[in-house]
Amino acid sequence: MPEFRGVSRSPTMSASLSPAELQALRLSLAVAARSVLFSLPLALACAWVLGRVRFPGRTFLDALVHLPLVLPPVAVGYVLLMLLGAQGVMGGWLHRTFGLQLAFTTAGAALATAVMTFPLMVRAMRLSLEHVDRGLEDAARTLGAGPLDRFLSITLPLMLPGILAGALTAFAAGLGEFGAVITFAANVPGVTRTLPLALYTAMQTPDGDAQALRLALMSFALGLGGLLAAEAVVRRVRRTLGR
Amino acid sequence: MLEVDLRKRLGEFELRAAMRVPAAGVVGLFGRSGSGKTTLINLIAGLIRPDSGSVRLGGQTLSEGVAGPFVPPERRRIGYVFQDSRLFPHLRVLDNLRYGARRAGPGAGAIGLEEMVTLLDLAPLLGRRPHQLSGGERQRVALGRALLARPRLLLLDEPLAAIDAAHRAELLPYLESLRTRLSIPVVYVSHQLEEVLRLANELVLLEAGRVLAQGPVSELSLRQELHGMLPTERVGAVLEGVIERHTADGVELRVGAGTLQVSVEEASVPGTRLRLQVLARDVIIATQSVQGLSVRNVLRGAVTRLRTDGDGVLVEVDVGDGARVLSRITTQACAALALRPGMEVWALFKAVSTRGHAYHLGATLSPEPPAH
Repeated sequence: MPEFRGVSRSPTMSASLSPAELQALRLSLAVAARSVLFSLPLALACAWVLGRVRFPGRTFLDALVHLPLVLPPVAVGYVLLMLLGAQGVMGGWLHRTFGLQLAFTTAGAALATAVMTFPLMVRAMRLSLEHVDRGLEDAARTLGAGPLDRFLSITLPLMLPGILAGALTAFAAGLGEFGAVITFAANVPGVTRTLPLALYTAMQTPDGDAQALRLALMSFALGLGGLLAAEAVVRRVRRTLGR
Repeated sequence: MLEVDLRKRLGEFELRAAMRVPAAGVVGLFGRSGSGKTTLINLIAGLIRPDSGSVRLGGQTLSEGVAGPFVPPERRRIGYVFQDSRLFPHLRVLDNLRYGARRAGPGAGAIGLEEMVTLLDLAPLLGRRPHQLSGGERQRVALGRALLARPRLLLLDEPLAAIDAAHRAELLPYLESLRTRLSIPVVYVSHQLEEVLRLANELVLLEAGRVLAQGPVSELSLRQELHGMLPTERVGAVLEGVIERHTADGVELRVGAGTLQVSVEEASVPGTRLRLQVLARDVIIATQSVQGLSVRNVLRGAVTRLRTDGDGVLVEVDVGDGARVLSRITTQACAALALRPGMEVWALFKAVSTRGHAYHLGATLSPEPPAH
């Protein structure tokens, strides 16, 4: 791939981004966004089950959900490859039946990211669910609202700060997921080479120092921006709720 | 008509209560904190399940035993005003009010949104969020919200408890005016006797999970079961009377066979029924008619009962037409006067002593139509 740097004056210390870097940025944003969209409903269901349903094995499910926080990301990627790779237990079936391939694709990178950021999202949602006053749901019951009605009209809106915070934190964390992505989806330029993978590649390239620095700074800015945005959104929503 | 006969064990506490609430009117559920009042109305609302027993409302069985039918709260149409309002924080006042109304659908004879807003003075609050309201305003919204869901029964769980004392009195007139407008039974839970005296027609006394007594307020005001739940100085008979005419100091009230001078805070039309509590410690007993006293209220009657109460004696005097007053005197005074049941006596108390303890009774819900 030819390396030409658009409007830059100095080829080494330019502040503007190369097409490859822009591509990595766009890819990171896309992967993180897809992973959030994919895991949001599942995380919500999981938070609900863990927060509200008493059943044997709840502690086990809780531990399972939190596992990616403590496992080496490479191990998560490896397990995904075993399960969903072309030769994997489910991957083969998915490929034969739906023609779906996850390993080494952008969707695969998003899936790996989703698994890694899942606990962050569940934690934030569960915390906000625990803060929802059950008394308000009782009040809704006496006013004629059935279970689904209650969830949609009372519980869900009151969980909104936690849902948004969880989604934004997961998005910010997803921008930088490295180990699971490179193991499951490999480092394919334009397909799975997200910011951290591009940064890693630049570090392996003999004169890639300036590029590595720019990518590192970009990751830093995105991460910080994401966290600040999460905080701002939560505050804003809380204010409208009067808390 | 609400019929309740329930058992529920919660840890060490066991509620075993039976009561009946007439088809219209306010029943005061009175008891100390921890006596099971809230548990009982939560069982009625269906928010908790009983261990055994039944709840019937207007002929429909809402709950029967453990295995029998159990109508979930969302299909009971029982309005509930919680101690802590429980307004939905993410909804404006208007949407809080509409929450139950939308789910209940339109119905004949129900109070509509506009009328409710007028009745409870909610117009300036409609656009606000619950956290922008004062405690009293919150309870007014909660009351409106519950009633707009067109309930068949209204439960009020100490609605004034979370409001600071200075603003508590502001809500009472709203409750009073609604009482006359409603055609459904109301259960009013409180541990404040004054609230119950102002609003309730009947009292249910609850202590340690058991119903001690149920009956009309004036009847229960004479009972030992109620006295046991009050500080000694709050014991006193509740009298109901009809305003005969206005005087310079207030009104003249016909009670039993006599009349009382009552200073009232609001002007009332003759014919209005008034309820007042005459504290037993304020009543003096004389065994013969006395002249030349500044005391304005003298009721002639007969001693019906003498009961030792702590370090004194409670004397119950029938003053005609079933109306009774209580007087608390010392044991020595009782012996010196040689009081005994059936003896003719005069009960004396100052007119001012009734100030603050007189309550207007809504015409529609009083036990009998107002006399003219």
